[in-house]
Amino acid sequence: MFNRLGLAAALAIAVPAVVSARAQKPTDPQIAHIAYTAGAIDVAAGEQALNKSQNPDVRAFAEEMVRDHKAVNDQALALVKKLGVTPQDNPTSQALTRQAEAKRAELARLSGPAFDKAYVANEVAYHKTVNGALAGTLIPDASNAELKSLLQTGLKLFQEHEMHAEHLSGELK
Amino acid sequence: MSARRGFGFARLLIAAGWVTVAAVSSAATAPKVHTVVIADMAFGPAPADVHVGDTVRYVNKDMFRHTATARDGSFDLDMQPKTSAETVVKKAGTINVYCRFHPGMKQALTVK
Repeated sequence: MFNRLGLAAALAIAVPAVVSARAQKPTDPQIAHIAYTAGAIDVAAGEQALNKSQNPDVRAFAEEMVRDHKAVNDQALALVKKLGVTPQDNPTSQALTRQAEAKRAELARLSGPAFDKAYVANEVAYHKTVNGALAGTLIPDASNAELKSLLQTGLKLFQEHEMHAEHLSGELK
Repeated sequence: MSARRGFGFARLLIAAGWVTVAAVSSAATAPKVHTVVIADMAFGPAPADVHVGDTVRYVNKDMFRHTATARDGSFDLDMQPKTSAETVVKKAGTINVYCRFHPGMKQALTVK
């Protein structure tokens, strides 16, 4: 049942949950972990698409996802190292990872145009939801200015990717 | 021997004179290099007063690979992070520039 909710829905539920469950803001180490996890999930999704898709536009999109999210996550790792912060695992990151694994298994059963459509549709939904989490929770709650700034860059990136995914989704119909 | 040398020197003077004349005449309309910085998923302000024959250099200071691509097809600069690329603009008008990877990144470059 929970799997059917899909990754996007899970994130929409999970991100506010980590806040309300503790009745306090997520800490910077938790925020860093969530943001890094969200990026790593999209890298893995892109790598799956590169293994499965033959569509040149889908492959170019997937390459971009892998490249951009790796870049921002490299910066995130450099930043936490510089700040002496250890990213802290938390229920939101765990929910994200669980749902990503479910989606990955679902996509693994598809191939050809069916895979392409499902991958891109999930990318639209996933980026939309992560954007909401970044803008609504993670950025406002981040205390460290450099972390906040990196998250803002991440938000711009996710917004660009969402537009690209929507455009691609329209072309695949 | 000395006559030849003299002739050679005269030619050298003439040649130098031509170079000087050419340098002076082009100084009035010397092509300029304009720089656009790309950072934080955005193009910096479009340079003002760009003329035909000028160079526009895009400097990608971002952590992401970007392109500066002209919608009219006149140039397509692909830049890895922390690299730059340049183009010589060849005709007047407004060129709509965007990034192929991040199409929300846009710039209107006016060439006079």
